[in-house]
Amino acid sequence: MEKYLNEFVVGERGVVKKITAEGRIKRRLFDMGVTPHAEILMRKVAPLGDPIEVNIRGYELTLRKSEAQCVLMEVEN
Amino acid sequence: MNFALAGNPNCGKTTLFNALTGSTAHVGNWPGVTVDKREGTYKKLEQKVQIVDLPGIYSLSPYTPEEVISRNYILDEHPDCVINIVDATNLERNLYLTTQILEIDVPVVVALNMADALEKSGDRVDVKALEEKIGVPVVSISALKGQGIDELMQRAYAAAQRPREGRTVLQDSALAHLIRDVQIALAGQNVASPLFHAVKLVEGDELETKAHASTVKMVEAFKKTFTDDTFGDDFEALVADARYGYISKNFASALHKKNTQALTKSDKADRVLTNRWGGIPIFLAILFAIFHLTFSENFLFLNGFGDGWMPTLEDLGMDTGNFGVQLLACVYDGTVYSPGVIINNLWNNVIVGNLFGLLSGAVENIGVDWVVGFINNGIIEGLAAVLSFLPQILVLFLFFSILEDSGYMARVAFILDRIFGKFGLSGRAFMPMIMGFGCSIPAMINTRTLADQKERTATVRVIPFFSCGAKLPILTAIAGAIVVQFGVGNADFITFGMYVLGVATAIVAVLVMRNTTMRGEVPPFIMELPAYHLPQFKSLMIHLWDKCKHFIKKAFTIILASTIVIWFISHFSFDWKFLADEQINESILASIGMFVQPLFTPLGFGAQLQNWGWVFVVAAVTGLIAKENVIATFGVLAACIIGSALPEDEEGISYVVAMIDATGITVPALIAFIAFNMTTIPCFAAVATARAELPSKKSFNWTLLFWLVTSYIVAAAVYTVGSWWWTIFLWLAAAVLISLGIVWFNRRKKAV
Repeated sequence: MEKYLNEFVVGERGVVKKITAEGRIKRRLFDMGVTPHAEILMRKVAPLGDPIEVNIRGYELTLRKSEAQCVLMEVEN
Repeated sequence: MNFALAGNPNCGKTTLFNALTGSTAHVGNWPGVTVDKREGTYKKLEQKVQIVDLPGIYSLSPYTPEEVISRNYILDEHPDCVINIVDATNLERNLYLTTQILEIDVPVVVALNMADALEKSGDRVDVKALEEKIGVPVVSISALKGQGIDELMQRAYAAAQRPREGRTVLQDSALAHLIRDVQIALAGQNVASPLFHAVKLVEGDELETKAHASTVKMVEAFKKTFTDDTFGDDFEALVADARYGYISKNFASALHKKNTQALTKSDKADRVLTNRWGGIPIFLAILFAIFHLTFSENFLFLNGFGDGWMPTLEDLGMDTGNFGVQLLACVYDGTVYSPGVIINNLWNNVIVGNLFGLLSGAVENIGVDWVVGFINNGIIEGLAAVLSFLPQILVLFLFFSILEDSGYMARVAFILDRIFGKFGLSGRAFMPMIMGFGCSIPAMINTRTLADQKERTATVRVIPFFSCGAKLPILTAIAGAIVVQFGVGNADFITFGMYVLGVATAIVAVLVMRNTTMRGEVPPFIMELPAYHLPQFKSLMIHLWDKCKHFIKKAFTIILASTIVIWFISHFSFDWKFLADEQINESILASIGMFVQPLFTPLGFGAQLQNWGWVFVVAAVTGLIAKENVIATFGVLAACIIGSALPEDEEGISYVVAMIDATGITVPALIAFIAFNMTTIPCFAAVATARAELPSKKSFNWTLLFWLVTSYIVAAAVYTVGSWWWTIFLWLAAAVLISLGIVWFNRRKKAV
């Protein structure tokens, strides 16, 4: 099943399929290891509901929901 | 010889740098940007090696100043060797940068840091295999324990003897041919490091496409013939994917070791510290503790919450002239002081006080009035005023460095980003702002943690609105006098209200800036939450020493010069007659005050005041040296008005009362005066810091104007609304009109 990273619930796992962002945000996502085939585990939502924290490539990454909206995922069963 | 250190943030780069350079290290700025440039010398090789610590980066992309600096340094300054520090516990993402550095024609050595930490968790990196694969020496080190560093430097020294040609990990990717062709074309144009430039050109990198416009066509032509199932013709994605693909394929054995089910110590800490419910209260508690430890004169509330029960040293019959008692008084005098206040007292009352006292005494012997006045009141008191900030700046800075180095600061940004995103800032902007309540100087320096230049400028500008410790005496004296003289209100309520006003001004100012002059997207918030670790004493001290040096240098140059100018115009009349303190009414400063006084009529302390009305303007000007001076000036002027010195009054309430009697100033005007002082140009020390932290002279000049205009508007609003309540509707109408104007203008601009 496909969905965007911002729709993930805590504890859900998936694999990146596509990045739909452009320019600076896209580059930044790539540089931080958010590239197709990367596995992501949704870790946590900040106390005020945004941003989120995920585990990717063995480290903790935080990003806003608006940015996570640019990451299309394949949900792992 | 010249080696550069490159690596991700939090990979132990600074620790390695400190271990290599020791006391030879010094910090400057990279030209044109406020990013720290650390340099030092390593002396254990046959020849001395200059070490440059490049900013921590994740990639050689063109988007942040840190990335551009590192990239240009390696490409243009031709270091003899690049030492790439790689965090073994986070190999995959760290090697991503390595694959980019390897493409440059420069000798590279990889320092595999924290391999010992990895081994502790049961994993291992095969150094030999890694070395074979990437084709450059790999040395396992522990920067923290100082292990492997000598070997690292010897191998780097050996590597530096021979030139190295760039290599790419993209040789098996679909773009290999294109990269090869572009590389040959660039080599034909005598471009240095053609491989690196070729890869960046293929990626469509902004800097490269500008620099090699003619060669871009090759890429464009190829793009038309190319398509990939997953990426289409998005070469940037293809390259990033190929790099990570290569890393996961070749170093898989050392990767994915972290069992995401098992929680590390850091994860456990994070469970509490960024907890959905507990996160914010814990953060507020930490913040309170920091301010309490730094500024509280009632440590741990030992003296109770009311008037207090502890006797002063004088009550106990001690001789306050005795040196030992003076020392004791720094720690306890009718109340127990917090560590920050103790250090402050020791510094100001004992060290600076006695030292400068001795100096002043010696100067008295000169005998010429104006020379003694100039040296004692101009130079020495000015310096004492500025240096008096030092201890609390350093203590506050120490606490925030601990938060930063431990990794907690990134979590603060995580917790608060939601709120700040609404104002067009990121969560990181919170810390500098809140530090502003203590002192603007460390707060402004701390804006360096913000990635975005516009965000940084906007934050520096609003920091003075977070009323600092030195502005509190203005508040307590005037609020106290209002209660005494007019019998209205409550001093605490007025004080609190003024703090709120300052914060509200900051919020409005940020909103206005982000929608007008500082327009731009909200900076992205895609960042690493580094694992927690204990801050290192040594690096904290190095940090503090740097700030200390920086501040003292400023104190003796720009701040001292401005202080002297103000002393001069307040102690000389236009006919070059030297004036005693009490004759300030005849001074050049007073004349200027009288001249500009009408300008302050809309603020309530202008033409409507009687004879002595200019004193408020003059007090505001002397406040530029240090805000404490505002009330001190009132004391001097009160003596001048009454004709004899007033009794010593620590809070200065009686001075203000004398001013009210002499000028007939109203309550709204007094509150407007506080508001003006709180939001106008801060003290010279803060102004000098702002100059250093802002990107250009132009931006600094605008900042000064911004402070003046903001304080004028805020104070005028306070005065008019306080005097004639219905004017609030005029102000609101103006605010609505201006907001609509901005929205309309931005829409039109977007449409064009």
